[in-house]
Amino acid sequence: MKRIKKIKTIDELKKLIEEQELSRKQEPKKVITVSSGTCGQARGSLKVIEALKKAIKAEGLEEKVKLRITGCHGFCEAEPNIIIYPDGIFYQKLTPADVRTIIKETVAEGKIVEKLLYKDPQTGTRAVKESDIPFYQKQKRIVLGDNVFVDPTSLLDYFSIGGFRSFLKALTELKPDDIIQTVKKSGLRGRGGAGFPTGVKWEATRHSPGDIKYVICNGDEGDPGAYMDRSVLEGNPYRVIEGMMIGALAIGAKDGYIYVRDEYPLAVRHVTLAIDQLYKVGLLGKDILGTGVTFDLHIAKGAGAFVCGEETALIASIEGRVGEPRQRPPFPSVKGLWGKPTCINNVETWANIPLIIKNGADWFASIGTDRSKGTKIFSLVGKINNTGLVEVPMGITLREIIYDIGGGIPDGKAFKAVQTGGPSGGCLPASLLDLPIDYESLTGAGSIMGSGGMIVMDEKTCMVDVAMYFLNFLRDESCGKCLSCREGTQRMWEIVKDISEGKGKPGDLELLEELALATKDASMCGLGQTAANPVLSALRYFRDEFEAHIYEKRCPAGVCKSLIRYVVIPGKCTGCEACKRACPTQAIQGTRSQPHLILYDKCIKCGACLEACHFEAIEAQREEAIIIEKEVMP
Amino acid sequence: MITMKMNGLEVRAEEGWTILDTAKFYGLEIPTLCHHEGLTPYGACRLCLVEIGEGPKAKLVSSCTYPAEEGLVVHTDTKRVIQARRMMIELMLSVAPFSKTIQDLASKYGVTSMRFKIRNEECILCGLCVRMCAEQMDGKAIGFQNRGYQRKISTPFDIRSEECRLCGGCIYICPACQLRCQGPQAETAVCNACLTMDPTCLDYYDELQCWMYDAGRCGTCVREKK
Repeated sequence: MKRIKKIKTIDELKKLIEEQELSRKQEPKKVITVSSGTCGQARGSLKVIEALKKAIKAEGLEEKVKLRITGCHGFCEAEPNIIIYPDGIFYQKLTPADVRTIIKETVAEGKIVEKLLYKDPQTGTRAVKESDIPFYQKQKRIVLGDNVFVDPTSLLDYFSIGGFRSFLKALTELKPDDIIQTVKKSGLRGRGGAGFPTGVKWEATRHSPGDIKYVICNGDEGDPGAYMDRSVLEGNPYRVIEGMMIGALAIGAKDGYIYVRDEYPLAVRHVTLAIDQLYKVGLLGKDILGTGVTFDLHIAKGAGAFVCGEETALIASIEGRVGEPRQRPPFPSVKGLWGKPTCINNVETWANIPLIIKNGADWFASIGTDRSKGTKIFSLVGKINNTGLVEVPMGITLREIIYDIGGGIPDGKAFKAVQTGGPSGGCLPASLLDLPIDYESLTGAGSIMGSGGMIVMDEKTCMVDVAMYFLNFLRDESCGKCLSCREGTQRMWEIVKDISEGKGKPGDLELLEELALATKDASMCGLGQTAANPVLSALRYFRDEFEAHIYEKRCPAGVCKSLIRYVVIPGKCTGCEACKRACPTQAIQGTRSQPHLILYDKCIKCGACLEACHFEAIEAQREEAIIIEKEVMP
Repeated sequence: MITMKMNGLEVRAEEGWTILDTAKFYGLEIPTLCHHEGLTPYGACRLCLVEIGEGPKAKLVSSCTYPAEEGLVVHTDTKRVIQARRMMIELMLSVAPFSKTIQDLASKYGVTSMRFKIRNEECILCGLCVRMCAEQMDGKAIGFQNRGYQRKISTPFDIRSEECRLCGGCIYICPACQLRCQGPQAETAVCNACLTMDPTCLDYYDELQCWMYDAGRCGTCVREKK
């Protein structure tokens, strides 16, 4: 890595940025960009990088080719993938064995390797460029887009895409109040979920009495299935830090903290590296660029509590106390970290700031809906063809995200529900697919925007099971301070568990609703106040499914273990023994080419046979014992 | 001086008071359990809930932790408050059915059934003992462990703490460990033996029209309404 000398004046920084922007234009002819975030590494991107390096060396192309290792590009389904510039050829699902061909054919000779291109599962056509892929076409990647162009470990790379120009603008051209007015006018709202106007929060913190103020970046992303903050921190840490530096200028803070989960080792590494580099070049610390501005940035690692994403609990955690929320007011903007005015924003919010300063408030406000401006990153996961991070303008419909970008549900199954907002959100049914997504519409539908998790479920998902899953998560992650949240989530879980086991009684649903509303009303912090959403939304849209469990002792989706038994349909079974091999308890009997049989006393209902069967010869049927029990003892 | 509206009355609170302090000063009853004058407010038991604000933005907050704010509109006994409060008592009963304090609360606020599975844990994790030990006895011998449904009160590493001087402060302040009286229904989840109040008032009145001066405090009207 090239060492950068200490930057002492504003002009020096300007010159350095200009130099780097120029050097990007003069880059070697071919740039191979490898997506290597945590998801890419998990799918083997490190081995691909290794192979690429070797192959480039072997072909003697070191001078002509630049290898850029970047953070996540968002298309997790296609990892590990590479893009070869300047043509932008997109190769996906690579193995080290493919690398030789790529270097030989595409890089050296300019030919396209057909079999490595993205293939549309519906039409079967191949897409050459990233922009030809339907997954990317409807997205508006203003925050995530730069992940493709920067090496997150290199400050120079960030300079070369015009990084820190917004900070320079804020430092030299704008007064703190101007910055706040710009952010206010842009209509940016907190991306952590609640959607509080960012500018208003900044203004409140700025005008709180006191000399010492703090800015905090909330990177404690704990929702199951959500990872957009991780991806931004991993892929473009300088952008987040630049946003924080601008925020600190506006608010008058001299200290900042980035609170990031320790479960994100790559994010921690990249952020730590970024902070170190910025200190070395003098963009952090005392007397930045000789202007007298001081800003120190620290990293605080979370110890794995979901509740620490709540701002007061996060503050307690940084202070070294138990991560428990406290009563607001006083809000952190008045009394936050160490009792001083503190501005806490989400990773994605901070990452939006440099863009707003650079392109202006009007540009930002032109994206999105009336009350929700800009874009939002969602992590599209679950039963969906194109798993990945999608950044879309506010106001896009769920249908566009799930069908146009996400490519629909795999295996031709029917869409059932989409869970937004993680454990604090709710499940939205197919009838709401045309709902435009913004903060208000989602809240109105009984869910929340949340940090942006979007879990798609197909017809083989049981909503009772889903509600139970989220309640189990919440009863474990509640800090346990408020009786309403601690006991409320525990008791709701108990009731839903009974229902899923076929022990539900008439009156359970009414009790569940009453308890859910009380939990929502009586709890102190956001966790408890939204803990009832998974239950309430499931009851609102899928009540019949709960009723089927209670009154008919039947799980319509065939998921709840106590209510089903797996059977082999003799007519469909080819006797291939795939299920027999998959069964962990040797509960399947049968000889080759003969229909198999499941022994019920050995079967633990793990469902491995169902997944292993290629002929749909295994079915989840109603558990006979329960039907008999119900008939004998009504 | 902070001016607020409480149950329709204009009240004045001093700087630094909570809603509960103000209500107490004016003689408005709000039930509390985890609150103690000598200890810092904690807001764990959620019994002292009051409704603040009006219209769709109205919400419930714990009055022991919420500071008095200029112009705040507070209702201490709306239907929403009573319902939430009753649910809290029912939840407490389900973990500590042998506590006299909680049985009394159930009787007073008209909780007549208990629909959850009983878990005789006796502790409702109000945290009074933890705060007593730390703040008044300067001991810090006990604290909370774990979170969520696994939360419990214990000494560090579950061994006898050297900080503990066996002063008994924690036992003195515990609201849950006094056993319920052995009345006629000693075995049931809800005793309600002292719930002898006959319905005295069958109509539901708002605020000042209630002859008890704050609708729903006795719980009768809300009970009948159901």
